[in-house]
Amino acid sequence: MAKYLLLKHYRGGPTPVVDFGSMDRWTPAEVDAHIKYMHDFAATLAGTGEFVDGQAVSPEGTFVRYDGEGRPPVTDGPFAETKDLIAGWMVIDVDSYERAVELTGELSAAPGPGGKPIYEWIELRPFLSKPPTFTE
Amino acid sequence: MNETLLRELIPAVTGVLVRRGVDFATAEDAVQEALIRALATWPQDPPGDPRGWLIIVAWRKFLDATRAQAARAAREARVEAEPPPGPTESTDDTLRLYFLCAHPLLTPASAVALTLRAVGGLTTRQIADAYLVPETTMAQRISRAKRLISDVRFEETGDLATVLRVLYLVFNEGYSGELDLAEEAIRLTRQLASMTADEEAAGLLALMLLHHARRSARTTPSGALVPLAEQDRTVWDRELIAEGVTILQTALARDRLGEYQAQAAIAALHADARSAGETDWVQIVEWYDELLRLNDNPVIRLNRAVAVGEADGSRAGLAALDQVGRKTPRRTAAEAYLRERTGERALAARLYADAARAATSVAERDHLTRQAARLQELTGS
Repeated sequence: MAKYLLLKHYRGGPTPVVDFGSMDRWTPAEVDAHIKYMHDFAATLAGTGEFVDGQAVSPEGTFVRYDGEGRPPVTDGPFAETKDLIAGWMVIDVDSYERAVELTGELSAAPGPGGKPIYEWIELRPFLSKPPTFTE
Repeated sequence: MNETLLRELIPAVTGVLVRRGVDFATAEDAVQEALIRALATWPQDPPGDPRGWLIIVAWRKFLDATRAQAARAAREARVEAEPPPGPTESTDDTLRLYFLCAHPLLTPASAVALTLRAVGGLTTRQIADAYLVPETTMAQRISRAKRLISDVRFEETGDLATVLRVLYLVFNEGYSGELDLAEEAIRLTRQLASMTADEEAAGLLALMLLHHARRSARTTPSGALVPLAEQDRTVWDRELIAEGVTILQTALARDRLGEYQAQAAIAALHADARSAGETDWVQIVEWYDELLRLNDNPVIRLNRAVAVGEADGSRAGLAALDQVGRKTPRRTAAEAYLRERTGERALAARLYADAARAATSVAERDHLTRQAARLQELTGS
């Protein structure tokens, strides 16, 4: 088994295939259908024993850094122009990379305006794990 | 309370319920509940007859579950309160459980989970913790696995190769959280090897013991990997090595070679060498040739190329590496190692950096990054 991170982006990644506009322009029913799809997807994965975690994050973020001994951390942002903006993630635990791609494809088919799939680009990243015993 | 003793009782108790006519999935659930109860109550109130206690409690859990189900389904259903007469158990039940839990219908991950629960006597929570997934996810994985094999007859003889594969995977997971999966795998393989005369079961047990013997030398206290050549061989567990070698020799003497025996033979040759310099690489290459005859795959070719590099020099190793597919995991790291030995330090540094980016574990990535940094410093580039 291997764990993968499925990253949803507000911005960043390849050019969208379909311009489905900002979600606040959708009808409330379309927004509900989109969110329900995400929940159902997570529930299905829990049922197949492949779900680990899923969270959405606010687009409003702050950059924070160390600023020297005895000084409070420096904060900066949010930056409206940041190219890459994470919307949320899901962690899955699956048998193969092929299965991870298959599931990511399903998640990308979440409905948008008119109930049609939004063809959203989702970033798939493998987790670094513990080293196996039998490789030395 | 000795948890290992408790775990060892679990498959036999499941066997008793199955012999009383309970289907495997239901029996296994009832025994799991009895196990959880035992873990909660035995520390304060240890039973005089642990096995008897587990059978009684598991049987009651089964009756409770059946009554609840019957009440839901059909109110008129009556359930016998006493176990039906008939065969109570057989010594082969545990072996049957191994086969059933590693049934070829199951994916490796679900076979691993089911084996750890039904044969290993672990709780769903312990298994979930070890594999870093939520308990509900692990519970679903296990119940799906049980549904998939619900039509398989308990008496059906399974495929030992899949059982060995499952135990190999458990061992490879190593130490995780509270649970030592490597030791669990050794316990289960030891039990399996005692129930079958199969040479490969013995070969896998030997392989595990020989690797486990080196465990404390394999990482620094902070978790950094120590390559075999740099390991402190005085901390290798000589007792485990001796046991592994004896088991391997007995298996090899029966002249039915398989992959696990060949891998164990390689591990034994490493264990035999008092220093890395005294390693018998020529024999190791011969064992890799045997492995290739048994199962030609890129990972074995890669390991063979590294061994050739030691036996016949780095250039011979690089030539052997040419026969290994570009996409084989760890190929770049192996090439970096061989390039450094032929004096191509700058190239080796670049290859180590590439290998670090492709690493699948944090410890390997950090190790490869350190190698790249060391060579960068040496070449001053």
